[in-house]
Amino acid sequence: MLRKKLAVLFAAAMVAATVAGCGGGDAQTAAPAADAAPAADTAAPAETAPAADAAPAADTAAPADASADGGLISVGYAQVGHESDWRTANTQNYQNTFTADNGYELQLVDCDNDNAAQLEAVRNFIGQELDYIVIAPIETAGWDTVLQEAQDAGIPVIIADREIDADASMYDAWVGTNTKNEGITAANWLAEYLDGKEANILVIEGTVGASATLGRTEGFNEVASSHSEWKILDSQSGDFTQAGGQEVMESFIKSYEGQFNVVVCQNDNEAYGAMDAMDAAGITYGVDGDVILISFDATHDGLQYTLDGKINCNVECNPIQADVVASVIQAMHSGSAYEATTLVNDEAFVAPGITSQYATTMTDEVLAGRAY
Amino acid sequence: MSKLKSITKKRLFLPIFSMILVILINVVYDIICGNPPLSFFTITIRAITGDSSVLYGRLIDVLNRGSEVAILAIGMTLVVSSSAGTDISVGSVMSLSGGLCCMLLAGYGVTNVSEYANPLWVGLLAGIAIACVCGLFNGFLVAYMNIQPMVATLILWSAGRAIGLLLCNSQIVYVRVPSFQVFGSYVGIIPTPIIIAAVCILIASLVLRFTALGTFIQSVGINKRAARISGFNSAKIILLTYVICGLCAGIAGLLATSRIYSADTNNIGLNMELDAILAVALGGNSLGGGKFNLAGSIIGAYTIQAITTTLYALGVSSAQAPVFKAIVVILIVVIQAEPVKEYFKKLSAKKVAAKGAKA
Repeated sequence: MLRKKLAVLFAAAMVAATVAGCGGGDAQTAAPAADAAPAADTAAPAETAPAADAAPAADTAAPADASADGGLISVGYAQVGHESDWRTANTQNYQNTFTADNGYELQLVDCDNDNAAQLEAVRNFIGQELDYIVIAPIETAGWDTVLQEAQDAGIPVIIADREIDADASMYDAWVGTNTKNEGITAANWLAEYLDGKEANILVIEGTVGASATLGRTEGFNEVASSHSEWKILDSQSGDFTQAGGQEVMESFIKSYEGQFNVVVCQNDNEAYGAMDAMDAAGITYGVDGDVILISFDATHDGLQYTLDGKINCNVECNPIQADVVASVIQAMHSGSAYEATTLVNDEAFVAPGITSQYATTMTDEVLAGRAY
Repeated sequence: MSKLKSITKKRLFLPIFSMILVILINVVYDIICGNPPLSFFTITIRAITGDSSVLYGRLIDVLNRGSEVAILAIGMTLVVSSSAGTDISVGSVMSLSGGLCCMLLAGYGVTNVSEYANPLWVGLLAGIAIACVCGLFNGFLVAYMNIQPMVATLILWSAGRAIGLLLCNSQIVYVRVPSFQVFGSYVGIIPTPIIIAAVCILIASLVLRFTALGTFIQSVGINKRAARISGFNSAKIILLTYVICGLCAGIAGLLATSRIYSADTNNIGLNMELDAILAVALGGNSLGGGKFNLAGSIIGAYTIQAITTTLYALGVSSAQAPVFKAIVVILIVVIQAEPVKEYFKKLSAKKVAAKGAKA
């Protein structure tokens, strides 16, 4: 009997410890984001300059509207989560743009990649009668009901970053990057670099069915099909991870040894894995190597490899989107016309020694000037 | 004839047969494509950058990449046998152990180091220790609280990875130190994961062969109450199997972490619990507990990897690969199913009878 009681106590203690552990952790993760915010502040304006061009009302720095109706514009942002450096940069960018100084009151909810939590967050925004709702959708489907609720409540909704499967009448504006364009940029750069030479290409795709995978594949293949001297030998999924990239590249090398001269990895982590596998097989890559390596995302580490000449070309997926969103909100607020869809500019970066009309050549300054 | 029969009656016949079947697909494919028919089996020693050289070939890939699942399969086999349930937390525990190890080696909040913040052994030991604690927690819930294994391990299945993420501040922590990378790369010409897996398998089989532990586990699995009445401490034995399973997950986690010299807590060991359970099933073990066959599970683990490697070699597109994998798994499971075995037994009995009648 005593034993049983002890066991129950033990179990209770463990549960308590787990709960306490989680609570403490949350507070910890929230803190560094806030700390880092002012640091990124300075870099943000320089980054967003080209993006602002694309927006119809570039007049983002005008808080006059907001003060006119005597208060701050309240904006709710249902963020996907904090799964990558990219996402962290995106969050910080929103925190730095939608400040009280700029006339906003931002409610940012980190949904931890949980679809249900995100729907809940949006409903919460509606309940609080915020002025504007911004959603970076975790899943593409299942938005109709909650969007209808927002519409009934008369709150404008802006979909950011990713796309959703809903009629365009269900939301008010879309702001984001176009992964297909990134694929096209990569292929255009390759065509320029090869200058008519033959290309035998191996592709390490991202997660099957992910929008970035589909877009980057579609864009790259579109350009590739117009080059008869290009041949895509094989294309396999590396699940956007380094381990996946390693395993796929390891197998590619065995199947196509000596037959390929271009490797396209659909994100930086896969590119690191591909580099590991080529190192382990004694194959050289990059500017001085036999194999041309193309990557996407342009994270800080990825650009470091680009600067080192290991990755020839790295195409960015720009997380600095808040300014464009802010300009759309300003336009809505002042009742002027705004674009229903706005593309945020994606840049491409090439290793030192390469110059291209499609891409920026990497230097230490470029890397230091990056916001993430 | 009788020799052939005695071979087919061996317990390991079907798992080995399945594996050979999978590998044969490659041989057929190579012949069709005009490649040398045995290119799948060719192992060469290849010189790479510098003066080092390594073993190189698809068979090496299978052994190398299959290491994690093979190590997990050891623990999973014992857990299945003793508690008639599966430990679905192993993938998460892998991630947690890798995360803790890298966090200690890099320092909290640091994402990229080329020098250790703590000595290597501290990281490795902590990684293994936390995995054992997870095993202890699972085992306690199953053995002493009588909670269904799947429900009990569901807790760490979701919490393990989350704690790992917290430890790493939700970021990928890189430890770019050669002595850490060694566990996922090469010792001499042999991939280290192969060596580690081999050592784990060797220790497990020696312990099971030369101690009574195997018998204890099986008797508990066959009938817990009967085992207790005959003087075994059933709960303690179940607890022990879960700790061993946690230990295996810890080793596999550190291996996977070392391969990519980073703690990618979101992805390390993702869905690997399913591969480990499948390995046990492919090895001809009943998931209902009781008798087990460790060698079968290990063969099952490498069969899973052989399927993956084969699909890469065949160039099956990644969208279709899961379908092919499913078909192969269905085939292997079905030929090992009791009714199918019975059918073939009857068929051969009929043949014998017909022969007898003719004579």
